[in-house]
Amino acid sequence: MTARVVNSLRVDNSKKKPPMSYSDKTKKVYTDQLDAISAAGLFKQERFIHSSQAADIEVEFPAGSVTKKVINICANNYLGLSSHPDVIKAAHEGLDTRGYGMSSVRFICGTQDIHRELERRMTEFLGTEDTILFPSCMDANAGVFEALLTQDDVIISDRLVHASLVDGIRLCSAMHDTFKHSNMEHLEEKLQLHADKRLKVVVNDGVYSMDGDMAKVDQLVALCEKYDAMLLVDESHASGFIGKTGRGTPEHCGVHGKVDIITTTFGKALGGASGGCVSGRKEIVQLCRQKARPYLFSNTIAPVVVSGVLKVLDILSESTERRDKLERNTILWRKVLSEAGFIIKEGITPIVPVMLFNAKLAQDVSRDLYEEGIYAVGFFFPVVPNGQARIRTQISAGHETNHLLKSLDRFIKVGKKYDILGKTKEEIIERYGQ
Amino acid sequence: MPEINELKEVILKYVINEYAEEDYNLTYDSPLISSGLIDSFSMVSLKRFLEVKYKISIPDDKATPEAFDNVTTIANLVLNYL
Repeated sequence: MTARVVNSLRVDNSKKKPPMSYSDKTKKVYTDQLDAISAAGLFKQERFIHSSQAADIEVEFPAGSVTKKVINICANNYLGLSSHPDVIKAAHEGLDTRGYGMSSVRFICGTQDIHRELERRMTEFLGTEDTILFPSCMDANAGVFEALLTQDDVIISDRLVHASLVDGIRLCSAMHDTFKHSNMEHLEEKLQLHADKRLKVVVNDGVYSMDGDMAKVDQLVALCEKYDAMLLVDESHASGFIGKTGRGTPEHCGVHGKVDIITTTFGKALGGASGGCVSGRKEIVQLCRQKARPYLFSNTIAPVVVSGVLKVLDILSESTERRDKLERNTILWRKVLSEAGFIIKEGITPIVPVMLFNAKLAQDVSRDLYEEGIYAVGFFFPVVPNGQARIRTQISAGHETNHLLKSLDRFIKVGKKYDILGKTKEEIIERYGQ
Repeated sequence: MPEINELKEVILKYVINEYAEEDYNLTYDSPLISSGLIDSFSMVSLKRFLEVKYKISIPDDKATPEAFDNVTTIANLVLNYL
């Protein structure tokens, strides 16, 4: 190539403005959306925690401010194991002996002995036939339906199942129908309507994360047996602490070992780091291992996390002390909140929503609680139905009685400020709107 | 073969029972999809209900959001396949 030709191919940046792939027009599409989110008061702000996850944490909020010590009552750290010294020690050992990363998906060279061991231990823990790990429960739910079902099949889901299940169902070609939340008569109608489908899968959360209510898993098992359907239950807010030995909602409902497909997470009670799994019938798990795309096309859980979860399972197998303490804490928290005059969603789980009904009121109460040293977040539409705004509190075995009583004291102080103690739903709505 | 008014009544009853709150004031001409009361998933299950009940098959390309946007248009669509 001659020098003259080479020179003609060069771009003279001093004279021409380079083309912009991210133009002002493109940018405006996104800034408009961000502005709309802000205008609706829905812009999510992260709060930076400067300590380990625990009942007492140190938080920087808003960004750049001096850190503040607060009691955390909004974590999924149900068993208080996120920073347990034995779990941390096991994680260190896993890091030392199995390294930091795998640099491979499972089926090439990304499976260690401890991955196989964790799958075996989860199978034993959940009373199933086999288990496959996923990078998260979101990935488990994203992959399981497409791997198992075709357009000849139908998925019938509770209308309040978690967003990750909804997304997984959308990725699958099977027909999708829904039934009213926890309404067994309506589910039975749907099972009859779809009787001619090749395969039917009924989908539920074990514990619903926003209301803290529990699925009627025994009735679901009975209906699925009657209509030759499979049952899938997402146990993310149940594994480790629901049921007498923490095996989850099937144990609580007396149907341990009878749920065909369980999905769950290691990112909540089971150490709180990350990762999830599909556990259930042998053939179903085998097919996920062949076809589930989040399993096939991403690295699995890091060795350090696997080692931590194995220790969590050791702790839970040795004693029910932590789930028993969580149960006691939950009973106390529900009792004292009710007695103080707050409206809570009834139930037995450690998810305890304090109902405020109005979105701004929920935001104001959350802000004032934070000022008082209590970290509890307000939820409102579209995360929960319109007019159902609340503060969602979540109790942990890591809480001591003094954490709960101090939190109660601050709740009462803020509740008095807004004059909501002892008030009915109608009275709160009349004053603050819905 | 059912009359159009009978069809409309069956569809209205199904939609109210499935998707509307108890106090929701729904008529034959209330927008269902464009109002957000029924989403695309729900439209599939409504189509399935009609096909099973009347033993018909509605082609997917005819089951458009426009055709399912109110009880009257749905009833007219079903009539074509009875």
